[in-house]
Amino acid sequence: MTEPRAALNLIGKPFRRVDGRAKVTGQTRFADDLTFPRMCFMRLHRSTVPHARIVEIHLEKAEKMPGVLGFLTGEDLPVSFGILPMSRDEHGLAVGKVRYVGDPVVAVAALTEEQAEAAARAVEIEYEPLATISSVEEALANPEPRIHEHGSGGNLHRKKSMIFGDLEQGFEEADVIFEDTLFYGGNTHLAMEQHASVAVPEDDERVTLYSSTQIPHYVHRALARVLELPASRVRVVACPNGGGFGGKSDIMNHEIVTAKMALVLGRPVKISLTREEVFYCHRGRHPMLMHLRTGFGKDGSLKAQHLKTALDGGAYSSYGVASTLYAGALQTATYELPRYRFDTLRAFTNKPPCGPKRGHGTPQPRFGYEVHLDKAAHALGIDPADLRLRNLAPAGLITANWLQLSSVGLGRCIEAVVEGSGWRRRYGKLPHGRGLGLACGAYICGVGLPLYRGEMPHSGVQLKLDRSGGVAVFCGQAEIGQGSDSVLAAIVAEVLGIELADIRLVVADTDLTPVEFGSYASRVTVMMGNAAYDGAQRARELIATAVAERFEVDSERLVFAESRVFDAEDPEKGLSFAAAVAIAETRFGTLGTTGSYRPPTPPGRFQGSGVGPSPTYSYSAAVIEVEVDPATGLFDVEHVWIAHDIGRCINPALVVGQVEGSVYMGLGEVMMEEQAFRRLPPRLSGALVHKTPSLLEYKSPTFRDVPPVTTYLIEEPDPAGPFGAKEVGQGPLLPIPPAAANAVFDAVGVRVDQVPIHPHMILRALEDKARGKEGRFGPAAFPDVDFPRNLIVPTPAEGGDGTALNDPRSQKQAGRQAAKEKPSAASAPV
Amino acid sequence: MLRLPRFEFRVAGSASEAVAILAGEGPGTRLVAGGTDLWPNMKRRHQSARTVVSLMSIPELQGIVGNGGGEGELRIGATTCLADVAASATVRERYPALARAVDAISSPPLRNMGTLGGNLCLDTRCTYYNQTEEWRRSIDYCMKEAGSVCWVAPSSPRCWAHSASDSAPMLAALGGRVKLVSAAGERVLPVAELFANDGIDYLEKAADELLTEVLLPPESDSRHSKSSFWKLRRRGSIDFAVLSVAAWVRTDAAGVVEEARIYLGAVASAPLAATSAAAALLGEPLGEESIAEAARRARKAATPMDNTDFQVQWRGRMVELYTAAALREIAGLDPGVRAPRHLTVLSS
Repeated sequence: MTEPRAALNLIGKPFRRVDGRAKVTGQTRFADDLTFPRMCFMRLHRSTVPHARIVEIHLEKAEKMPGVLGFLTGEDLPVSFGILPMSRDEHGLAVGKVRYVGDPVVAVAALTEEQAEAAARAVEIEYEPLATISSVEEALANPEPRIHEHGSGGNLHRKKSMIFGDLEQGFEEADVIFEDTLFYGGNTHLAMEQHASVAVPEDDERVTLYSSTQIPHYVHRALARVLELPASRVRVVACPNGGGFGGKSDIMNHEIVTAKMALVLGRPVKISLTREEVFYCHRGRHPMLMHLRTGFGKDGSLKAQHLKTALDGGAYSSYGVASTLYAGALQTATYELPRYRFDTLRAFTNKPPCGPKRGHGTPQPRFGYEVHLDKAAHALGIDPADLRLRNLAPAGLITANWLQLSSVGLGRCIEAVVEGSGWRRRYGKLPHGRGLGLACGAYICGVGLPLYRGEMPHSGVQLKLDRSGGVAVFCGQAEIGQGSDSVLAAIVAEVLGIELADIRLVVADTDLTPVEFGSYASRVTVMMGNAAYDGAQRARELIATAVAERFEVDSERLVFAESRVFDAEDPEKGLSFAAAVAIAETRFGTLGTTGSYRPPTPPGRFQGSGVGPSPTYSYSAAVIEVEVDPATGLFDVEHVWIAHDIGRCINPALVVGQVEGSVYMGLGEVMMEEQAFRRLPPRLSGALVHKTPSLLEYKSPTFRDVPPVTTYLIEEPDPAGPFGAKEVGQGPLLPIPPAAANAVFDAVGVRVDQVPIHPHMILRALEDKARGKEGRFGPAAFPDVDFPRNLIVPTPAEGGDGTALNDPRSQKQAGRQAAKEKPSAASAPV
Repeated sequence: MLRLPRFEFRVAGSASEAVAILAGEGPGTRLVAGGTDLWPNMKRRHQSARTVVSLMSIPELQGIVGNGGGEGELRIGATTCLADVAASATVRERYPALARAVDAISSPPLRNMGTLGGNLCLDTRCTYYNQTEEWRRSIDYCMKEAGSVCWVAPSSPRCWAHSASDSAPMLAALGGRVKLVSAAGERVLPVAELFANDGIDYLEKAADELLTEVLLPPESDSRHSKSSFWKLRRRGSIDFAVLSVAAWVRTDAAGVVEEARIYLGAVASAPLAATSAAAALLGEPLGEESIAEAARRARKAATPMDNTDFQVQWRGRMVELYTAAALREIAGLDPGVRAPRHLTVLSS
């Protein structure tokens, strides 16, 4: 894409984030801070039963409550929505049935929030209870009653099997085969800001929704669809998010309902969710059961792997189709795996829907893989660091499942943490109770394909420049706290050689800013960054052309730096940036440029190949030191060394912040966090409830529970990223849970093959070991599931072309592709 | 956000005014000091009040009175905030385990607001009860509020919500007393007798009584009289105890145990007097064997229920280990388990 430039003014040095001062002084306006004349308040009456048909909704009592302005029910919003076009199974309010405790059923608007809450509480609903499903095992055993009518039959949402290469041959070549079954518990995002939305109607059938969302563009599309309005009459503004982590990257019921309520009442409507409601919105980490079977050579070389995953999806599809595939798609990106089979399924259960949380679908199989490798290393007598280094995926590899890798900094990451932690001296040699564990990970830098079909840009940026010397940058990207605004401003400032303070950002407004898919999939720096670079580069060219004409020098010789444009050979010959823009304005008229970005076409062309491809991948490696008390099973994490392959830092201060944030979130998952549910004794009650939907009882580590973190940034500029940059928002979480589990083994010699690791698990494994049994706590077996339709895809090494041998759809696609490339061959069947 | 319901808020200027309001308003009146327990409970609608009387403007209820550093009874006003109790040089010197217990309550902001009297009167807790109105509707409520079943023990005739106060077991072990005042008069009660082992009626304090002060015995920690406090919880801050062990042991000049008290928190609806465990220590020097026996007996006495954090069977086992740890610390032995990071070092 873009070449790293020789001398950089701003990029690569720590700078204060552009929104930092507003945030620490309270000037940032989050969605809940907004207020409008005549604004009223909305609350949702949510289901108190886990699975039931709605017999009747009684509003009589609620209607008489003071201040009530109006109600909405499922009948008012008959059109369904969903983030993925193939699984639109959600409604603003429940239609016909409810599927989990917390499913919204009735919306009430009133003059004050207290009145709306009181009225919502006065709503009465008659339900006809249905049997409930609380786990994958129950979903497999009970195809009826179905939670949804769509999916792969019964209560399975999705079932898929893909075989890349001659797997049997791969296992035949192996000297030794290891198998493991592991479980990763569900957990939630826990963003500090609870979701809020304000909808403002306008007199001509238009509506604006201000919301705490990571994805204004997709909310915009969904609103137009559900409200049955032309998209041009719907405007979505994403307010700065007080944290997202994926929890605001789906279309939320309350966003749809607030907009509808505003249109119905003709006045602004606000909703601010409680923390408990945020637990019900969820879209967090899928509980996942995994089985790995891997063949190794005696030297530790990988020969073949068969991964099976089973996802507990909750009550709706959400991103489930993608999550199901992410549960296996990135296994090949770290180590060269010549042959690979991946079977996966997702079940519907009567719990809040799971979706994308930091690492979307990949931390679970990464945990499985990295613990599995640690065990293999131990069994083979190879140092776990060496086992990984021997199998490193080379840069530029097309993997067995057809991912096109770009730069791979994983080897340097492993070396950095091995060195920093004293691994070679200390691993396996610390006193009983003290241990070190190592693990790695890889993550996408944006998704190679859009969530809906089309070949339009994924990212767009507009620049407006004028004689003031100020540059306004318009971009649809949502700042969710990760530093999106700072990256956008820095890239434009770098290209034009101006100060951050001279840039005015207008972001995340579907009326004012070009389309941007949003802040998810770690796509912002690479995709938005490339679009910003593109737009700024075009502006630079206009200015350079005009200035070069005026000075009669070659425009190639002009330098943009220190808010000046000058001749590289004669730096005195030049002028201020504002004056340079004025010359360009004189020469070309009113100035504006655009930049856009679309990722390269991925090489895989089989059904399901859309999940996994990315312009490039980031890499991380971590070593964790733990202290385990063998008497109690309690453990403390003492230190984390982590190295992240960032390509190049746009702002190292933000990069380190993201790395540390990921480390702490990963530690929370392995140490304690659990989106747990509770079923009451069935003979007395049909209840199936979230066990602890509160910040006090859902345990997430405090600063007293987390250790110091030493971060190493590995900079190896990647041709795919702006100035060589890669993602950092999600990848560094991946090695944390397995590194901690591996450290527990090094400390006390037992395995806990599940997350979170509770003290009773360690204690139980220690006691079993003392009794001569296997020192292990974890799931016993993967359920016996038949995966009948295997997609068979030859690997690049086997001479494959990226299509499946038995996938009619991908063959059709290949035909279309060929037709496009060679119009004359259009009629020839492929 | 969760909002408070409407109620009448009265500010009492003296203890006599507070008890007069209590007597006059009758049932439906609640006292509030720091509000760190009552306000969240009212927001979630499992405690309610028509009138709430604030005690925070009553000077006589605040402060620590005693001849600093010396012997003699120490009086701590009921609305003295927890941070002040934990930071008091007198408390730290004379009753270091009490300072440790109070310092382990919740988090710094809540210790700045929460009071010693409030912590003693803390409502019993349960994961089926400390939930919002909507959540509790989803389980058809529970015996403690609006329902008929104790979901943690569905065949039980009584409520099993647990006592989660950290100061209560410690003050009981130290032999502390509380003064209760009502319009009818006043009485002084040992802290151990302030509580009843019932999740609903957990306080012996009558509704019209005001807890005005905590009285600590004249006897400080010394060479022959030592105390300890151990608390188990998930995180190093914020969390209520899932188990606390408060122990006090007095030996004679030869080091033979003359008297001992062990109270366990969070494993019953009241601070649990582990009397049989304490008895195992009597008549011999505090050593490995008697401590191990006391710890076994403590575990037998405890009835942890699955209504808080951590696996319940594991919590039962921790009763033994933590009881032993507290006693071993008093005996000057290695505690045998790793001390949680959040426990302050005992100055003695």
